[in-house]
This record gives sequence, structure tokens and C-alpha cells, in this order.
Amino acid sequence: MQPFTSLTATAVPLRAENVDTDQIIPARYLTAVTKAGMGDGLFAAWRYGPDGAANPEFVLNQPQHAGAQILVAGRNFGSGSSREHAVWALTEYGFRAVIAPAFADIFYNNSLKNGLLPVALPEEQVAMLWDLVEEQPDTRIAIDLAAQTVTLSDGQQAAFAIDPYRKSCLLHGLDDLGYLLSKAPEIAAYEQHAG
Amino acid sequence: MTTNNGQPQTLFEKVWNAHVVAQDAGAPAVLYVDAHLVHEVTSPQAFAMLRERGLPVRRPDRTFATMDHAIPTRNVDITLWPSDAATQVRTLRENCQDFGVTLFDIDGPVQGIVHVVGPELGITQPGMTIVCGDSHTSTHGAFGALAFGIGTSEVGHVLATQCLLQSKPKTFAIEVEGELGPGVTAKDIILAVIARNGAAGGAGHVFEYRGSAIRSLSMANRMTICNMSIEGGARAGMIAPDETTFAYLKGRPHAPQGAAWERAVAQWRTLASDEGALFDRTLTLDANRLQPMVTYGTNPGQGVAVTDRIPTVDDLEDPAERRSLLSALEYMGLRQGQPMQGQPVDIVFIGSCTNSRIEDLRAAAALVQGRRVAADVWALVVPGSKAVKAQAEAEGLDRIFREAGFEWRGAGCSMCLAMNDDKAGAGKYVASTSNRNFQGRQGPGARSLLMSPLMAAAAAVHGRVVDVREML
Repeated sequence: MQPFTSLTATAVPLRAENVDTDQIIPARYLTAVTKAGMGDGLFAAWRYGPDGAANPEFVLNQPQHAGAQILVAGRNFGSGSSREHAVWALTEYGFRAVIAPAFADIFYNNSLKNGLLPVALPEEQVAMLWDLVEEQPDTRIAIDLAAQTVTLSDGQQAAFAIDPYRKSCLLHGLDDLGYLLSKAPEIAAYEQHAG
Repeated sequence: MTTNNGQPQTLFEKVWNAHVVAQDAGAPAVLYVDAHLVHEVTSPQAFAMLRERGLPVRRPDRTFATMDHAIPTRNVDITLWPSDAATQVRTLRENCQDFGVTLFDIDGPVQGIVHVVGPELGITQPGMTIVCGDSHTSTHGAFGALAFGIGTSEVGHVLATQCLLQSKPKTFAIEVEGELGPGVTAKDIILAVIARNGAAGGAGHVFEYRGSAIRSLSMANRMTICNMSIEGGARAGMIAPDETTFAYLKGRPHAPQGAAWERAVAQWRTLASDEGALFDRTLTLDANRLQPMVTYGTNPGQGVAVTDRIPTVDDLEDPAERRSLLSALEYMGLRQGQPMQGQPVDIVFIGSCTNSRIEDLRAAAALVQGRRVAADVWALVVPGSKAVKAQAEAEGLDRIFREAGFEWRGAGCSMCLAMNDDKAGAGKYVASTSNRNFQGRQGPGARSLLMSPLMAAAAAVHGRVVDVREML
């Protein structure tokens, strides 16, 4: 897994609540047997018009937000399907972090397993970020995972919470599998006992 | 069973505690998985990871695969399929063969939606932990199992180690007391719970559905309720096993037999939440006052009684809820304050892991018998499994549906998620028994109205949303 330590980048304001994983990547893009290519399906229904051309209205297609690595969205981001493809689509497109007031549980877990940092900030701070990024699209937001802070260029700072174990995995780029495999003796003992 | 020093425990806590393999300080629990269900869409990258790392499947005997999401339900000849669906099916066959995993193949006698097949084979049992790379794994909680959806990375972890690293969720009691009126069903209970508690209201929690209205439900109806726990934001939903559960399971192929059955039932009886067990949160619903529900928006929490009107922004205080309502209505082409009754529908879909079991089909068939699907409505019934299809055909339900003007399909997910060839067109209104009314879920631009099989059957006959109670 790609480690996440810190990031200073521009952001895209996605003013929408309950952005479900069918919005992040519609099921028709899930027919691959590899992870590659998922970025093409990211927000497909919003990003492309019926003819397949880029929809200039959609915020991701606006030139002032090109190259942004932080997505700022509304509450309950990533609800719905367990498809990890949603996270693969976001990371392949170039996002490294998503800031939202709250995330759906499975999406949150999937993000942590792919080095995509989910940052939960209070509603009013997310609303402030939306205004700021819309007014100054080139503003750079600094996320420091070790310090658990989001810092704006004027020095304003917000703190976010993250499980200490998950934080450590992200900082070091470790996935769960190595840890689980190291528990093989305990797993074997459990299986013997539980039948 | 862990007794927790004599402290009363919830059903969830009993199942959780019995599956913790290891718990290091500062780390999530290592949780053992009793049954791992696999399908064609979320597993290929996990099997690829095993190959890359040279790992076997630790417990192929606890791993069961079927194909449901991508497959067409019109024709079983794979050579006629779209190449991407065929590739996923071939990949699953190859993976199951190479790793020794049991596959319920579309070419075989047993196949269907993973959450319909697992229970009907008796793979799903009380007190188990069950996972699958699919959020509707919560369905299996109807048996008193702890069952939840996982991402593909976690599918790989379970294949390799039969375990997951999990933080312990909180508990949330959903108490439903009383008796449902005629025409009001399990689907209406869960749609009402989500409308009341919100699409994210269960985040971080496991629901336990309790109370007399839940106890009186069949297993199929309990599965409908637990299935949509994820739509209420919960990781899982559970119902304590009881005589209804045991009667359903007895004699099923994977259920314990003989003396082992008796021992299992004795153990399953200890699973119910203890008297005085504490839940982190509680929500109470009066079953007597519930009405048939229908959704108007683009998340499953945006639902009302069929006799109600769509809310207006003035009904909502929260700015985010107002924004959600306006964007949902714009997508749906519906108006604030509009009555739901009379809303025209173009398509009726009866199926999905929520409502494709034999009981669902019987209810819908009883309503459409001797009636006709309205002109210009495309109506289809998609049984949840080959076994459901065969049973329905033995009972003559297929004939009732066909004579009424429904299409009668093979088993699969079909129009629930539009990743196969069943897609609703842009702008079309779909009266759907499925679980998600997300934008584009049933096809790009399609507009879903979630409801019960009875309500969907009624909508098919009238070509619009009606109160099914007027037809009973």
C-alpha cells in the first residue's frame, strides 16, 4: 500500500450529501477483473454527457480544479455498495484524500486499505472549505496525518480523529494481511478449539 | 459461549466475542469468519492478490461462490453474453477450480443471488460470522448471524487467513411492537425505519430488530429487513434465532443433521440478547400504525407512506437535508408536496436480494392473478435463485405472471444494479422491490421508487403508484 504521511494540494468542492458508491463509480464500470481503468468511471454520470463528452458543468471538469488531489464532499460520503472499485476510481483519478463530515463505514475501511485518507471534519468546517475552494481554487490545503491536522494557507487549522492503528498502517504503508498472516498460530488454535 | 462475568449481553456481543481470535492492545480484533460468500464482481482482484503472493485459500471448505451480479437473466448460453460478463464468469470458474472453492455455477442446478442461495442451502446458520464482498450480506443476520459486507482487499484477507481485522461496532436496538395491517409488509417496516432514522443513522452500529412484529415474521420477511440494514447506514442487522429459524433450517443441505442438529439448536437457543442487555441506541416503531411505504428520492431514507405527500423544504430544518431533497427531486422529476399516489410508472421490477424469495413471488402473484399489467408498462419478475424459480414454476406462479403480462426470468441481480443487460432507460420511473434508489442505480438516468412486492404488483396493474390496500 502507498503510505500516506502528508499532502499539500488543491481541492475540489463537491457540494452534495449522500454521495453513494453508485455515483462514485456506476456498476457498469465494474465488469473488469483488474483494478486498472477504474478512474475512467469516476463520477461517470455527472462527469460525462449522454454523448460521452465531458460535462462542463461538473466541478471535476472545471479547469480551475484540474490536478486537485483533495475532494471535499458532504455527509455520508461513500454510502451504499461495498465496491472497493469506488476507492480505486478515486485514487486512479489522482485523489489522495477525501474531506467530509461523515463517511459510510465500508467506504471508510476500503479507503484506509488503499492509502486514500478519509478526513472527517465538522459540517461547518466543510462548508467553509467549500466556500474557500470555490472562491480561491488555487488555495492549497495541507493535511498532516502524523499531527492529524488540516491547515489552510492563512494558518487556520482543524484537527481530525483517526484510529491509532489505522493511522500507523497508513503512515508506514502496511496492509492488514501481513498482520493477519502473523496470527496463523492463533488462528489454527482457534480453529482447533471451535471445530 | 462467553459469559462476560455474568453481565447481560446482546446477541451481537455473544456472536462477536465467540469469534475473536486475538486482540492485541492498540489494534482491532482479529475476527474469525465462519462462512465466506464470493461472487464474480468483487473477487477477481482478491484471487489475483493470492496468486501474486503465492498464498492458498486457507479454508476452501468455508468458502462458497456463485454468480449473480453481471450475468444476464434472459439466456444461459455464455457464448451469447457480453464479453465482460463472460470474462468475469470464466475468471470465477478458473479461480474456484484453482483454489478448490465450491462454485454454484450458472450451468449447475444451484445458482442465484448470493444472499438467496446461502440461506436456502443452510450455509447461513445462527451464531455464525458471515462475510461477502457485497454490502447486502447483512441479509444473513436474519438467522442471528453477524453478517456484513467487505471490500475486495478484505475478501483477499479472508481468503488467505479466514480472518478480518475489525473494530467493534456499537449496538442499536430497533424495537417493532404490534401487528402489521393488511397490505403492510416487512419491506414497509424497514423502509419506515430508514425514513425515520436516516440513510446514515446506523453508521458504526449493528442493528438488532426486536419486538412482537419481528417475531411474527417468516424467515423470508426477516431477510428483507436485515438486507436493508446497510441502507440505514448500519454495518449489519440481526434477529435472534427462534423456532421459525430452526424450522426453516432443518433438513437443508448444509444444516447439521441428527445428534449434531439437536446440539446446534440447544446452542442457538442461548444466542438471544439477555434480559437487561444494554444497547448503545434504541428506536421504537409501532407496527399497528405502519402503512405501505414508497420512496420519492435518491437515498432509501427519502420515503413516505403511500398516502402521504413528498415533503417540502419547509418541513426540513437541516440545510443539508434541504439540499438533499432539492437535488433528489430535480433528478427524480418530482415536486415538493406532490402526493405519491397517482405517480405514473414505466417499469416494474420484482426481484433482488431484498425481495425475490418464494414468499415475495407468491404475494405478488396473488395480487396480479386475473389482472393485467397496464399498457405501456414493462414488468419483469426475476427469481432470486434457481430453486425459487423451480418452486414458483411448480406452484404455477410463472403462468400467473406471464398471463398478466410480466416477463419471467432466470435467477440473478438483474435490474437492481444495471450491470447486466437489464437496465431502465433514462427518465423512466421504476416501481422496484430492490434496495437502492440511488441516481442511475437501475440504469443511467433511471428513477427508482422502492416499495414492497405487493405495492410493485399493484403499480404494475395500474401503471402508477397506488395504495395496494384498495385492491385487497
